[in-house]
Amino acid sequence: MSTNLIEIDEQVALPGDGGPPAGGGSYDGGEGRPWRPSLPPQRTYTTGMLIAIFGSAMFFLALVSASVVHRGMPGSDWMPLRPPAVLWATSAIAIASSLTLMRSTSRLKSGHERSFSQWWTITAMLGLCFLGGQLFAFHQLEAEGLYLVSNPSVSFFYVFAVAHGLHLLGGVIALVWIELRPSARIPQGTATTVAALYWHFVTVLWLFLFAFFVIGG
Amino acid sequence: MSAHAHTLEVSEAPTGFISKYIFSTDHKVIGIQYFLLGLTSVVIGVLLSVLMRIHLAWPAGKMPFLQGGIMTQAQYLSLVTMHGTLMAFFVLTTAPQSGFGNYFLPLQIGAPDMAFPHLNMLSFWMTFLGLVCLISAFFVPDGAPISGWTAYTPLSGIGQITGPGEGYGQTMWILSIACFCIGSLMGSLNFIATTIDMRAPGMSLFRMPLTCWGWFITAVLMLLAFAVLLAGAILLLLDRSLGTSFFLPAGIVVNDQLQHHAGGSPLLWQHLFWFFGHPEVYIAILPGLGVTSHVISTFCRKPIFGYREMVFANIAIGTLGFMVWGHHMFVSGMNPYSGFAFSLMTMSIGVPSAIKTFNWISTLWGSKIHFDTPMLFAIGFVSLFVSGGLSGLFLAQPAVDNLLHATYYVVAHFHLVMGVAALFGVFAATYFWFPKMFGRMMNPTLGKIHFWITFVGAYCIFMPMHFLGLVGGIRRYADYSAIAYLQPLRPLTMFVSIAAFVTAAAQLIFLFNFFWSLKHGAVAGKNPWKATTLEWTTDSPPPRDDFGGHDPSVYRGPYEFSVPGAREDFIPQNLEPAQVAREEQS
Repeated sequence: MSTNLIEIDEQVALPGDGGPPAGGGSYDGGEGRPWRPSLPPQRTYTTGMLIAIFGSAMFFLALVSASVVHRGMPGSDWMPLRPPAVLWATSAIAIASSLTLMRSTSRLKSGHERSFSQWWTITAMLGLCFLGGQLFAFHQLEAEGLYLVSNPSVSFFYVFAVAHGLHLLGGVIALVWIELRPSARIPQGTATTVAALYWHFVTVLWLFLFAFFVIGG
Repeated sequence: MSAHAHTLEVSEAPTGFISKYIFSTDHKVIGIQYFLLGLTSVVIGVLLSVLMRIHLAWPAGKMPFLQGGIMTQAQYLSLVTMHGTLMAFFVLTTAPQSGFGNYFLPLQIGAPDMAFPHLNMLSFWMTFLGLVCLISAFFVPDGAPISGWTAYTPLSGIGQITGPGEGYGQTMWILSIACFCIGSLMGSLNFIATTIDMRAPGMSLFRMPLTCWGWFITAVLMLLAFAVLLAGAILLLLDRSLGTSFFLPAGIVVNDQLQHHAGGSPLLWQHLFWFFGHPEVYIAILPGLGVTSHVISTFCRKPIFGYREMVFANIAIGTLGFMVWGHHMFVSGMNPYSGFAFSLMTMSIGVPSAIKTFNWISTLWGSKIHFDTPMLFAIGFVSLFVSGGLSGLFLAQPAVDNLLHATYYVVAHFHLVMGVAALFGVFAATYFWFPKMFGRMMNPTLGKIHFWITFVGAYCIFMPMHFLGLVGGIRRYADYSAIAYLQPLRPLTMFVSIAAFVTAAAQLIFLFNFFWSLKHGAVAGKNPWKATTLEWTTDSPPPRDDFGGHDPSVYRGPYEFSVPGAREDFIPQNLEPAQVAREEQS
């Protein structure tokens, strides 16, 4: 614990209180003056994540609406894409990973650290399985002769899947990071809640994108 | 050392140069970094426009630093592109929002820093990387892109073959914009979270200064708009580098070569771009609306007229801003019914804008106006916002826009309302907050000279452009000397150019004043303008944690000027009711 304590001036300046001018000081308002590192209230991390999710959703919404507009444009040569069968399996893995994560966070809440850690690791592994499955789906498309430039529908599929995959990879890194390098600043409960929020968003996002291609692709 | 109610655990402030001024997490340092980034960009942007005006006035004039001596049409277009990109992104988005917002949002809501200081630092450096990418476009083979700040496809989507600058230059442009988008998204996240969660006790949303409302709504707009532009930029990059056809239709022939793209739509890029691009106009102007309201109230010594209406007008402007992007595309052959809807929505923005103008004038009405430099620029802002905004109502008519779209009328319109008005907001903010940021006052005489030349100069540049547009002066042309019907307007073009040179030169007064005052300005003290908001209750410049360990509490709204019964004509937001000095009962 630091022993420096800020001395607080209890006197509130009255309006028009002339006083000696305080300006012209050095940039940090006095050399060596202690300052308080800013720690936002815990809920701010959740707020920040919700805002990030909102921005990310907007990004994908732009891509999805671009694909809808693209298809409807006169002269569009959009050919419906039949998503590779393995995507049904990866979608199931995505759902499973969210369920294991829910299990994990509820174990943490009830104080079962060890069990939390196990389910947390399983979730990260499922995330990696999902990514492997997506790569296999790309391989299947290639085997069918469908490349990035083959048709707008394939182009959009790759853009969706890669952009989503990067989001999920970020989620896996976050899970591993929280497990291996717990932050001294952010309590574990907050970190897991925020990471779980993100993970569930990425799951729902994938289900939405997949449904979009199954129904309308 | 005595410990009071708010005793806090502290650590030493960073002392190394790099951690203190370069990779700083202090919102104040980051604010100044953004401001200096904007200042650098505006200097380059203005120089580019001066080159354009020289070329328009003397098309055959020699420019010794150019290859071949005389500016080519492609070089002119690359100047147009780089000027627009620098100004719209790196000046009008960074200075008012990321610069002053970063510095003063936490101070005005009573927070020790932004919600996520490290993210804040990262946003700045992403933006900086974006600027480096953009400037490097000048130095890659074949130079800067020629497709305008809107980068319309197919010109921007195919590559080197479509023209000089469309190879590496255009790629650098897209990378720059992608970096800028990411930086802006992170920045906006921080602004929103800070506003929602970091307010001091008592600082309810409707006690926030109107500046904070401006930054908050702008941040929401940025979050939604830049996400869409980022998506568009990625698709454009894929079209250029991996051969996809998101924006490129079949059958494009360039220089007798058939391009191997099929099925894409250039209009899709326009939709994505303008879904960002129109809110971008409000991203540039909303912080200025906030600063203007704030400064007008302070220098009228009067509460702002209709505080809540101002807030709701801002929200309305921000919301409607997302529903009008089609008015940039009236000439794209859109369905007339869509055109009608976009037209109606566009004109309806006039309503909240008029509410704001009415409230500013009502605040000014009957008050004892203090004509300090910030106030002059705030009043100038109102003037330019009205003059520039009115022509928007004409352009909102598809039939009128069909005629004027490609002319200087549009250039005049958006420069007045989005460019110069927003810059006047930045100038008002700079003169107003300089004492808080650096502890010294800017020179008022130089400030006033700067204001009058800039104000008159701006009108001299952009008013004649309306006429130039009405008679059919096409924008983006590098040379008018061969267009017979424009020859009678040659003196007008010359006049605009000379006005631009004078106005640009007058900015040297501002630069001199800024840097001179850093060392030699009069010492400002805590509250030189006798203002009410929280930033004026702390030192100038503020300590690392903004309030020196003293968490402010807020007891009242932001514009308590000339309150009946109070001895002083202003009551700071943090003053407890019992401490307000009352007039002696007689």
